[in-house]
Amino acid sequence: MSVPAELRYTAEHEWVAIEGETATIGITDFAAQALGDVVFVSLPAVGATVTAGDPCGEVESYKSVSELYSPVTGEVTAVNEELNDDPALINAEPYNLGWIFRVRLTADAEATAGLLAAAEYEELTSSAS
Amino acid sequence: MTDFAGWLMPLRYGGETAEHDAVRNAAALFDLSHMGEIAVTGPDAGAALDYAVCGWPSALPVGGARYTMLCAPDGGILDDLIVYRQADERFLVVANAVNTAVVLGELRQRSAEFGAAVVTDETLSTGLISIQGPNGPGILSAVTDLPVGQMRYYTGAYGLVAGCPAWVARTGYTGEDGFEIFCAPADCERVWDALAAGGVPPAGLAARDTLRLEAGMPLYGSELGPDVTPYEAGLGRVVRLDKPGDFVGRSALAARAAEGPRRVLIGLVLQSRRVPRHGYPVLSGTSEVGLVTSGGPSPSLGAPIAMAYVAADAAAGPFSVDVRGRAEPAAVTKLPFYDRRKRQ
Repeated sequence: MSVPAELRYTAEHEWVAIEGETATIGITDFAAQALGDVVFVSLPAVGATVTAGDPCGEVESYKSVSELYSPVTGEVTAVNEELNDDPALINAEPYNLGWIFRVRLTADAEATAGLLAAAEYEELTSSAS
Repeated sequence: MTDFAGWLMPLRYGGETAEHDAVRNAAALFDLSHMGEIAVTGPDAGAALDYAVCGWPSALPVGGARYTMLCAPDGGILDDLIVYRQADERFLVVANAVNTAVVLGELRQRSAEFGAAVVTDETLSTGLISIQGPNGPGILSAVTDLPVGQMRYYTGAYGLVAGCPAWVARTGYTGEDGFEIFCAPADCERVWDALAAGGVPPAGLAARDTLRLEAGMPLYGSELGPDVTPYEAGLGRVVRLDKPGDFVGRSALAARAAEGPRRVLIGLVLQSRRVPRHGYPVLSGTSEVGLVTSGGPSPSLGAPIAMAYVAADAAAGPFSVDVRGRAEPAAVTKLPFYDRRKRQ
């Protein structure tokens, strides 16, 4: 299981890559392996406002459906349309081609509050498995 | 891994889609050793089974197999079964793992009046490995002395597989050609390795579920249960009211056959890609007319599919499925969703 050191994480098994005021979000390798093949991702709408900790989509696998939570607060600027044709990109490349959506962060510090460092997320998953 | 009726089983070995596709297009292996195997033997074995189940096992020739059901006195389904006639006086009853104890108890009780029938639980002394898919016959024929390519569907025979004694049956639960190999637990690894040698992948419970769902095959606990009769499940043909003698559930089933089912099992293909799942309401307009019994993504159709019970007077549709608060339109389709004989 891979946990890239440069990313931030949530307890809901999402990763966040922050570059300036933009956050790119996906689900972790741990989550993708636990779910099995992803068959459908209900993406948030571009332009929608999302709030850290609130559901903004769904990830469906063969045996389960999981809420997709926004780990940050801001406005959705892009979604990964490739997932409509090949949702299993999330399994194949959870941190690259399997990204899910992008958010322009609000200016306040609350926008990214509570995110975990890689080491903290790794600890969380090792106690979960 | 998941707990399945007390057995620790893999939901998948790799990805579900690849495992599913392997069965449809080539072949894959299943470890089905969790299934219950119960032998009914002795001079009265056929008569005892004719009384215990709603089919007609005593009419089977040696080497024959039949899908049948164990019903309660009120006609409800206690389990669905495959019965093999392995010898004149030996039948093998294969039960769902979750029901093995119930089936064993009922078979013992129901055969009590038949002095010369013996019921033996062979579950723990029997391994079961299945190869399913169009390449199954070729792969199996390379490691067995049986002429498996010439065996008819729903027949079985004793032979050697990878040098190990086995009962080999051309049966399965995938809608694809395939074989089920019953052997001693100690021989399972040899049998598995011989079949896997050419690169045949293993498949887990999740693929088994999408394969049987596409094939329109019912699952105990989803489509079948004590509150469902074979007629509601669209399986009235397995109730042999034409066989001689009484059997458990006969009078209740005869009454159900005469009155017609109050609900019917239908197949639905969703237009959205959101997946209908067990227990989701089926709507006609805004009224709830039934429930999804099994649902999932269908790799072969490329759309989510479901089986559902709906009230018989609402069976014309149009339908939608309430997928977590949003009504997703669904088209009724004739079961099965997938029929290998109609493939291009």
